[in-house]
Amino acid sequence: MLGAPLSKHGSRSPHETSVRALPPPDTKTPATGSSRTPLQDTYGIITPSGLHFERHHSGVPDIDPATHELLIHGLVEQPLVYKLEDLKRFPSVSRIHFVECSGNGRSEYSGNLGANPATSHGLASCSEWTGVPVKLLLAEAKVKPEAKWVIAEGGDACRLTRSVPIAKLLDDALIVYGQNGEPIRPEQGYPMRLLLPGWEGNINTKWLRRLNVTDGPAMTAHETAYYTDLLPDGKARQFSFELEAKSVITRPAGGQKMPGGAGTYEITGLAWSGRGKIQRVEISVDDGKSWKDAELQQAGFTKAFTRFRMPWTWDGGAASLQSRATDDTGCMQPTADEMLAARGRNYSYHNNQIKVWYVRADGSVSHVAQGV
Amino acid sequence: MLRKAFSIAALLSVAAFGQQARIGRAASEDKIKAIDITVFPDGRGLPAGSGTAAKGKDVFKEKCAVCHNDQGQGREGQYPALVGGKGTINTPKPVKTVGSYWPYATTVFDYIRRAMPYDQPGTLQADEIYSLVGFVLNLNGIVGENDQIDKDTLPKVKMPNRDGFIPDARPDVRIKR
Repeated sequence: MLGAPLSKHGSRSPHETSVRALPPPDTKTPATGSSRTPLQDTYGIITPSGLHFERHHSGVPDIDPATHELLIHGLVEQPLVYKLEDLKRFPSVSRIHFVECSGNGRSEYSGNLGANPATSHGLASCSEWTGVPVKLLLAEAKVKPEAKWVIAEGGDACRLTRSVPIAKLLDDALIVYGQNGEPIRPEQGYPMRLLLPGWEGNINTKWLRRLNVTDGPAMTAHETAYYTDLLPDGKARQFSFELEAKSVITRPAGGQKMPGGAGTYEITGLAWSGRGKIQRVEISVDDGKSWKDAELQQAGFTKAFTRFRMPWTWDGGAASLQSRATDDTGCMQPTADEMLAARGRNYSYHNNQIKVWYVRADGSVSHVAQGV
Repeated sequence: MLRKAFSIAALLSVAAFGQQARIGRAASEDKIKAIDITVFPDGRGLPAGSGTAAKGKDVFKEKCAVCHNDQGQGREGQYPALVGGKGTINTPKPVKTVGSYWPYATTVFDYIRRAMPYDQPGTLQADEIYSLVGFVLNLNGIVGENDQIDKDTLPKVKMPNRDGFIPDARPDVRIKR
């Protein structure tokens, strides 16, 4: 039978229905909140742009790239403005990096609550980003020696703003306009966003409109009231930017059903660290009693998703599956108990504890152990 | 060694690029003034104008209470409370509000000006914002009803949780293997 004709813009097979996980529909403020990447449905390390997680504080603005400007001012010799077309004149770089909300895994502080990889770890996604190193723009503006911080401001309705130590901007920071071969999606900051590899998602300012070079942080609401890590004694850690080594098995995982009986399967998942490269991922199928090294796909990208895989012969009985990642700084994922002992339950952010899935004898996979 | 060679090459290319014609266009003072809304803890960025909690009461009722409720107690678990939580920050159920958690009063001005009202940010005048800041701080017992809030007084307001923040101390989790 003759197939469908040529088309100007392709779309996925109508048989594929994977979508982002949305919050409950009764929210009063649907422009504020998050949607989660269905990590369990992705292959390799790149997240399809339409499935990249979202975290918005005042909705997705509709920005015309012909009129949008990025202003650089403050402690510089020459304040400058750039339009998108100006940024594209600079030497461009493309790099693969993950972005993760620091609230990813928040509910895990209260137990192994995430029912599937989207709800437990879906506030993380990985893309090939294209843009210009921020240091090239700062060099043009000529930063004054007393500069220590840069206040980055978005063009969304709430003009979301974060203070960034200037050393990060002179290191690996980019202003990106490309994502996976196309212009970045509106939900990801179209026409331009700040990308601070390995740092919590909120500071990767979307819809970037301003960089104010200063001698100190602005202490904005999103670096004081929110995105600070409360300890049991009432003190809160502030400016905790880096995301630590983390992993999740995406298949077999919570919410799934083993596609057959006892026999050979692949355990696969994703690991990442904001501190560098993933060096090792170990898998346990016996409740953490013994661990085996998984195979890493093309180990080498820093601050990026790393796919891991291991063949597994399922005996048809109950099993607990878990993965633990180690990055090239030597940091390893803690267990839930170790995490709780160090930080308590009020910490909310930056949870990188080991995630456990339970395969049951009936072939269902859950975040809850059988009989619990 | 290879890595070092690369980084020197990268620095040289930046320098070479800098010697060419600049790509960015000069930004005028007017352009900067029109967009620069950041307020710093020392008061830099605060505009002229003033207000009081007493004056803020009506503004709050008209423009904020629909979400934050008449006395800033929040609504329906979806609109955050602006008051309360005193003494809860080191308990199993911390309630983080302006009064119990926010370390700087200047942040309240900055946040209201840039982000509130939620569906119409950027519409409040400086006097209204100063009055709203006064109203919210007064609800929390931090300033008096008739205390003048302006660019000189606001940075001097000491918030109850001013000393509640410490630097990041990670990696902090003890792992037994």
